[in-house]
Amino acid sequence: MINFQYLRADTQKKAIDALAKDASAQFIAGGTNLVDLMKKGVTSPQRIVDITHLPLKQIEKVPGYTRIGSLALNSEVAEHELIKNNHPLLSLALQAGASPQLRNMATVGGNIMQRTRCTYFYDTEMPCNKRIPGSGCGALQGYNRMHAIFGASDKCIAVHPSDMCVALVALDAKVLVSGPKGNRRIEFEDFHRLPGNDAAKDNVLQQGELITGIEIPDHPFTKNIHYLKIRDRASYAFALISVAATLDIQNNVIQDVRLAMGGVAHKPWRLPAAEEFLKGKKVSEEIFREAAKIAMNGSKAYEHNAFKLKMAPAAIIESLKIAAKLD
Amino acid sequence: MENKLKEPFMPPIDRVDGKLKVTGAAKYSAEYNIPQMAYGVMVGSSIAKGIILSMDTKAAENAPGVLGVITPFNIEKPAGYNIETSGNISATKKGFNVFDDKLIRFSGQPIAIVMADSYERALHAATLIKVNYKKDSFQTNLEKAIPVVKPLEGNAFKDYTRGDVNAWKTAPVKIEAEYNIPIEVHNPMELHAITVHWETPDKVLVYEKTQSLMDTQEKIMELFGLKKENVHIITKFIGGAFGSAFNVWPHAVAALIGAKQINKPLKVVLSRDQMFMNVGYRPQSIQKISIGAQPDGKITGINHEAISMTASYQEFTEGIVNVSRMLYDIPNVFTRYKIYPMDLSLPTWMRGPGETTGAYALECAIDELAHALKMDPLKLRLLNYSDTDLEKQRPYSSKYLKEAFEIGSEKIGWNDRHPEPRSMPEGDWLAGYGMGSGVFIGWRGGAQVGARFTADGKLLLQSAVTDMGPGTATAMTKLAAETFGISPDKIVFEMGDSSLPPGIMQGGSGTTSSLGTTVNNATLSLKKKLFELVKNKAVFHTETIHDVKFEDVVFENGQMMLSSDHTRKMSYSDILESAGLDNIEFIEETKGFNNVDYSTYAYAAHFVKVLVHPATGVIKMEKIVSAVDGGTIVNDKTARSQIIGGVVGGIGMALMEEGVVDNRYGRWVNNNFADYHVPVNADVPHIEALFVNKPDPILNPMGSKGIGEVAMVGFAAAVANAVFHATGKRIRALPITPDKII
Repeated sequence: MINFQYLRADTQKKAIDALAKDASAQFIAGGTNLVDLMKKGVTSPQRIVDITHLPLKQIEKVPGYTRIGSLALNSEVAEHELIKNNHPLLSLALQAGASPQLRNMATVGGNIMQRTRCTYFYDTEMPCNKRIPGSGCGALQGYNRMHAIFGASDKCIAVHPSDMCVALVALDAKVLVSGPKGNRRIEFEDFHRLPGNDAAKDNVLQQGELITGIEIPDHPFTKNIHYLKIRDRASYAFALISVAATLDIQNNVIQDVRLAMGGVAHKPWRLPAAEEFLKGKKVSEEIFREAAKIAMNGSKAYEHNAFKLKMAPAAIIESLKIAAKLD
Repeated sequence: MENKLKEPFMPPIDRVDGKLKVTGAAKYSAEYNIPQMAYGVMVGSSIAKGIILSMDTKAAENAPGVLGVITPFNIEKPAGYNIETSGNISATKKGFNVFDDKLIRFSGQPIAIVMADSYERALHAATLIKVNYKKDSFQTNLEKAIPVVKPLEGNAFKDYTRGDVNAWKTAPVKIEAEYNIPIEVHNPMELHAITVHWETPDKVLVYEKTQSLMDTQEKIMELFGLKKENVHIITKFIGGAFGSAFNVWPHAVAALIGAKQINKPLKVVLSRDQMFMNVGYRPQSIQKISIGAQPDGKITGINHEAISMTASYQEFTEGIVNVSRMLYDIPNVFTRYKIYPMDLSLPTWMRGPGETTGAYALECAIDELAHALKMDPLKLRLLNYSDTDLEKQRPYSSKYLKEAFEIGSEKIGWNDRHPEPRSMPEGDWLAGYGMGSGVFIGWRGGAQVGARFTADGKLLLQSAVTDMGPGTATAMTKLAAETFGISPDKIVFEMGDSSLPPGIMQGGSGTTSSLGTTVNNATLSLKKKLFELVKNKAVFHTETIHDVKFEDVVFENGQMMLSSDHTRKMSYSDILESAGLDNIEFIEETKGFNNVDYSTYAYAAHFVKVLVHPATGVIKMEKIVSAVDGGTIVNDKTARSQIIGGVVGGIGMALMEEGVVDNRYGRWVNNNFADYHVPVNADVPHIEALFVNKPDPILNPMGSKGIGEVAMVGFAAAVANAVFHATGKRIRALPITPDKII
């Protein structure tokens, strides 16, 4: 770890200014990911700007939306009555992530900003286009059991590790951002990006932009929900595959549905074609199977993750079945 | 022997050091701080094989707080280096002395130690070293090595044949299968750490994580040409080791050299990723087993061939195939063991070494045979139960595996299961039952124990042993209390210091057997000494007994009393007082036992129930019963914990542990706790640990046989067999992760 400057921002403006002027500065909140990356030498900010004293912790209902401050802790959001009642899918996804100790430190904004856990990204002796653009992708021909089956490029096949984000993309959340050029609201779906030719860039944030919160629009998805996470052990492991599924069922007909996957792409992976297929259909295992098949269009496996081509559709079916209480 | 444990046994006692451990007062090797102490950080090679052409250490040396940087280019070699590698010995016997030469033998090999006035400064400076290598081609892939690399030769690799090697082939029922176990890494919670203080140029105090004080002391004496009394090793507590703390590893030698060079106390703590390449691991193995049997289940022949690996610079062997020579009553046996030198760091003993690996294959193969025979796997094992050791041609000193089978199968409800695979659905899940047997040798080495009994009724026992977790001091305290007849709270067992009377290493399930025998003998000696002091006293003389003999008295509740008349007694304190003594002090020594007439083994019968979710591949351990024949159990409470620990290790082995090396670089890719999975609490159900608890009449006066290793041997097979029973799928390559099920 090299020396760095620590700055505590007492206003949002000061925080944004500090980063806008200094490309080597980074925000820190819970630090559950950034500190690891600094210890491993993956990232070496010369200045870290502590934003934990900004008033961005609120969890509140406003007309049409639920608004969650970016500094609300993962554990607080998961346990909050408002979230448990109105957005139970988010609560489930949060509880599937990390460990209680980490959830007690990690913030919503930090969860969105966390970087891939690809081991080639973490080992500074290995090639990684995300860490050092142009150095190559270590995982492409390497050990890629945990890696992407959707939307990857030959520059990067890493996956986004978050569980929370899978639920948020399913719920059409918006990311509230404040920056040197003012405020903007980004669709969750558009926030994280695919690696393409620029694997170094995880998302569309501009230098100096700060996530201030998220908004989840009101929705009817409170009854038929499930977050399925398949992992190598029962807790404290990243997803091999995860599926957020929620249905609005009236008279056994699917009025609306949301489906998203984790552990499969460089971003939380929404399944719009499968959703479209399911809308208006009667609930049955058969149509869930069809939907899962549709969801897998365009998937591509590598040497060690071919199992995901089988596990992902199985997980979609399973998650939909549980959400629809089909058993 | 006269000092046997007798029923009713004293109730189990709590860990004597439990409070220190849970309150954080227990001090581990990384927690000693000495004034003026510096911190060392190891730098590892980034290539797997080759030679270091040059190193630029200027920036590191000039970094703030840096006190020194040692590399192969500037090392002042200790005297022992020259002895170690001289002479005409083969490459794999030479070993590897840190910084001794510029050759790179494995990725992560220590190539420098950076020492600074703070850990952070040392860590930063370590990143500033630039290395120029000449790379060589290397081999870290065992499968690819087999056709091109020559396996090692020597006594350890001689084939074993009993009877007809082809017997299995001509049997009416036969199975053949290959089993794979990846590299597994010990990963104790406590990182390996050493704190070194050269008190004078030829006298050193070392706080080191070690399972063997005496071996560590000897190695350091050899390395630096020091006298025994000038090498003082202290290991008061160990936060788990599982076999990784026998060797004096390169970082420890680097710390010793470094502290000497900067003339300051020095602490070196490995990082978690360094733990993967510096302190050993369970070597990868590929095992082929072929068994033939009669239709009634009687096994006629077995072949067990194992391929494993070692480092290119040092031989490491373990008894992988030995289980197949003696666990069953099989007339025709062939075993073969080959190891290939690889460009990886040195493997070492890991819990149940060899046997754990071999029993996984053997006990899965037995299950496969049972399935082929359409026979209950337990019945098949009983049918081929061995009553004598056919390999060594001698009887067992005791064998209660049958009893372990009985209590274990009863507890898990073995007979209530449907034997057909995939026949026990529970909702969306498939239930399955499996079993596996474990076996591990029982032995007894020599040990010394210092005893000091004082007039206040307190007994101090001392021995240079360490405790990696099983509760050695607790067991010894209980044993002394039970055999000497005083309360455990009057006893202190002091350990973890090489200046105490030399004890025994902790490992191979031999500590309690070896050290316990000496403690047992010490309390016997103590009783005899007390007896000698007062045997002529009138209180012990009755109308019929004038010449009281040792056999005529008993020692209970701190009193020596006549067996025939408990009112004729004297307290131990009064005995000392009447003799005008403040204390009785002596060193008890017991020689090791050469077990020539009998074979002694401890056994385990593991039974598990798993639930498998066929759609997603998720496996849940639902029930675990491990019944153990470890002879007499000295302290039930800590013994139970040992079984639980071994079983948790077994869950990891069966379901999640896999060390992964990227063979393009010869470099680890999952050297951290996020990617190398060990079980968490949510993976572990209630574990029922049962003991047969019958004494072994031969090995030692306690009747114990050892339990630490056998707790893990055969467990992974029980899980794999249960997964087969649940799903009908035979997964032969560990770990059984969800992707292999779907």
